[in-house]
Amino acid sequence: MALDIKNGTIEMAHGSGGRAMSELIDQLFLPAFDNEFLQQKNDQALITLPGQRVVMATDSHVVSPLFFPGGNIGSLSVHGTINDVAMSGAKPLYLSASFILEEGFPLSSLQRIVYSMAEAAKECQTPIITGDTKVVEKGHGDGIYINTTGIGIVSNELTLKPSNIQVGDKILINGTIGDHGTTIMSARQDMNFSSDLRSDSQALHDLVAIMVKASPTIRCMRDPTRGGLGASLNELAQCAKIGMVLEEAQIPVKTAVTATSEILGLDPMYIANEGKLVAICPPNQAESLLTAMQSHPKGQDAAIIGEVIEDKHQFVQLKTEFGGKRIIDWRYADPLPRIC
Amino acid sequence: MKYISEFRDGVLAKQIAQQIAAEIKPEQHYRLMEFCGGHTHTIFRYGIPELLPSNVKMLHGPGCPVCVLPIKRIDAAIELALRPKTILCSYGDMLRVPGSNKMSLLKAKSQGADVRMIYSPADTIKIAQNEPDKQVIFFAVGFETTTPPTAVIIEQALKLNLSNLFIFCNHVLTPPAITGILEPAKQAGIKVLDGLIGPGHVSVITGSKPYEQLAKHYQVPIVISGFEPIDILQSILMLIKQVNRQSYQVENQYTRAVSAEGNAKAQALMAEYFELREYFEWRGLGEMPFSAIKIKPEFKHLDAEQSFRLSQPTGCDNKACECPAVLTGQKKPTDCKLFNKPCTPENPLGSCMVSSEGACAAYYTYKPHTYR
Amino acid sequence: MCLAVPVKVEQLLEDQQAIVDLSGVKTTISLALVDDIEVGDYVILHVGYALNKLDKLEAEETLKLFSEGGI
Repeated sequence: MALDIKNGTIEMAHGSGGRAMSELIDQLFLPAFDNEFLQQKNDQALITLPGQRVVMATDSHVVSPLFFPGGNIGSLSVHGTINDVAMSGAKPLYLSASFILEEGFPLSSLQRIVYSMAEAAKECQTPIITGDTKVVEKGHGDGIYINTTGIGIVSNELTLKPSNIQVGDKILINGTIGDHGTTIMSARQDMNFSSDLRSDSQALHDLVAIMVKASPTIRCMRDPTRGGLGASLNELAQCAKIGMVLEEAQIPVKTAVTATSEILGLDPMYIANEGKLVAICPPNQAESLLTAMQSHPKGQDAAIIGEVIEDKHQFVQLKTEFGGKRIIDWRYADPLPRIC
Repeated sequence: MKYISEFRDGVLAKQIAQQIAAEIKPEQHYRLMEFCGGHTHTIFRYGIPELLPSNVKMLHGPGCPVCVLPIKRIDAAIELALRPKTILCSYGDMLRVPGSNKMSLLKAKSQGADVRMIYSPADTIKIAQNEPDKQVIFFAVGFETTTPPTAVIIEQALKLNLSNLFIFCNHVLTPPAITGILEPAKQAGIKVLDGLIGPGHVSVITGSKPYEQLAKHYQVPIVISGFEPIDILQSILMLIKQVNRQSYQVENQYTRAVSAEGNAKAQALMAEYFELREYFEWRGLGEMPFSAIKIKPEFKHLDAEQSFRLSQPTGCDNKACECPAVLTGQKKPTDCKLFNKPCTPENPLGSCMVSSEGACAAYYTYKPHTYR
Repeated sequence: MCLAVPVKVEQLLEDQQAIVDLSGVKTTISLALVDDIEVGDYVILHVGYALNKLDKLEAEETLKLFSEGGI
């Protein structure tokens, strides 16, 4: 029976393992994600990776609203996991995707999301080769949750990790901070903000590929998602047992992000990103790394934002544009808009 | 950003800092308190203490209306939120504030309460109109800056004849709070403050006049300040000059937004729908007379306290909490036995740790080297 | 006290509402607490309401005082 994408909705049957589920997979998921692995219609995918170092990462996506300027939960789920894999310096190879759908979820929305995922996967040359579908009763899910797992291969020369970080290293970022979280917050129906802000959701593996060439002994990379740049830098400082000093004037922030943050009382340092990475490299490689990043479309606004220092407190400090210093603390939870 | 960026100029900041350094008397101690949480926020965000000479000490006041709301009122809000067919609307600031038994509005949400974060009280009108079968309760908090918007929605609710919108009113007043800070020291015959950075946006509504009596009575100069770092530096300079010539006047630094008389339209609206409460308990400052307002009896159908039966309040502050002394500038956060063990921003036990602008929270966040 | 920002009035709407702008970010707010606002005015925005009109001359005066080094 043909799916009625235009007016149809997800039913419990779509998750029951019977013909309804087969139809959903055959008519929506398979044609969209189409590749030799899925064509075999197995429950798993067989891959051969002789003598390679394999990187694996997984991410679940629960964003609301599902659709926002610059992307949707689908493209986010592909970019997010590719980035997790890429932060190790690995070339992403394959993805899996599993869906938890709520009864009543419109098929037209599902199609939009699936097509976005297919497009993102194709762009990144990282096919979705295996997956799963479940349906929960109405009221028991937020429309759709997606989990993606990715694997990649990394060269023998690269073992990026926080413990590589040394005093004197430079800290770089590939572009403006806070774009994604601010877009999501502005897209909430009750916040009537309008601006040209878009989520920065994008895959970074191609940028990473040129970065590891420009800085062969790059120490570590991380993509600051939930919790923002502030959380990621604190995590790195704690792991590596060092401190950091950042220059506020060097941290790129879009005007619209600053303005929205002013109105809502938020700090861009803690707002989520989905297309940014922070890299730490030896000081003598910083300039060439910066040049390489800036020459790539995903690194045009790249900047050296600070350096690693000795600090038994493992603080992340910020030299303000104003001339003072403050501490970027490790926040406990998501920032909320405030009135005072 | 116009009227913002110009007031964040680092070069100007250095110039004013130099003027402050030139103005201070080396043997004099200048203990200056900022009343507003917003001012505390700016002071730390821009690293202002570092630009000041060592004998100028900044003390941090009651923080903000979030900090001073007693546990009993938060418990009441949570109780209202847990009622069936109820939507509780709250500003973001209040959602994580802990009440008794480690409950909070967010935790109530996780237990099934319909708690909605709003940016503006205007949102509550829309919600009430869209959900006619539910009782929509607005958890109204704030000093005089935030009270007029609540008055506007009361007026709108009356015009629209809304029968399902209620306000749980916790609006408090600034001049009594300043009294609450300065009175204990006066009674003890000691001086804990040399100058006060007066509230900026509260004064947009109240005007600068209400503080004249306070400055005279407590012999402390008050400078109404804007919220940008340049504003605060300039206000500090103005206070230091007054201290040096032993003057106790109210000066207005925030002239671009504050007048002597304030916003008469907003004041009239507040007077139309609110009246003074005889007493109100403040977290950390205790019970204070005529320090808060409630909805007038003729509008009781809009008043959550008069429309719903709430259980007897029992929540109270931890006995070892030093907030009263910290709020009045008599002790530092690190002087409190509970500070950091176990009182932290994630597990706040007293008002000063509750909001990010509270004295203890600011200390915890921005001065970890003093206690770690 | 309280988080409030200066925003520029771009368009007046009915029901005492207005569209305001802060560096390209636009939002709709209420002018119920203020009178005589015109397009081009700056107002102080707090929780979706204009609290007062910003006095441009006073703002310039304050800035001038800083740069002249006096109070």
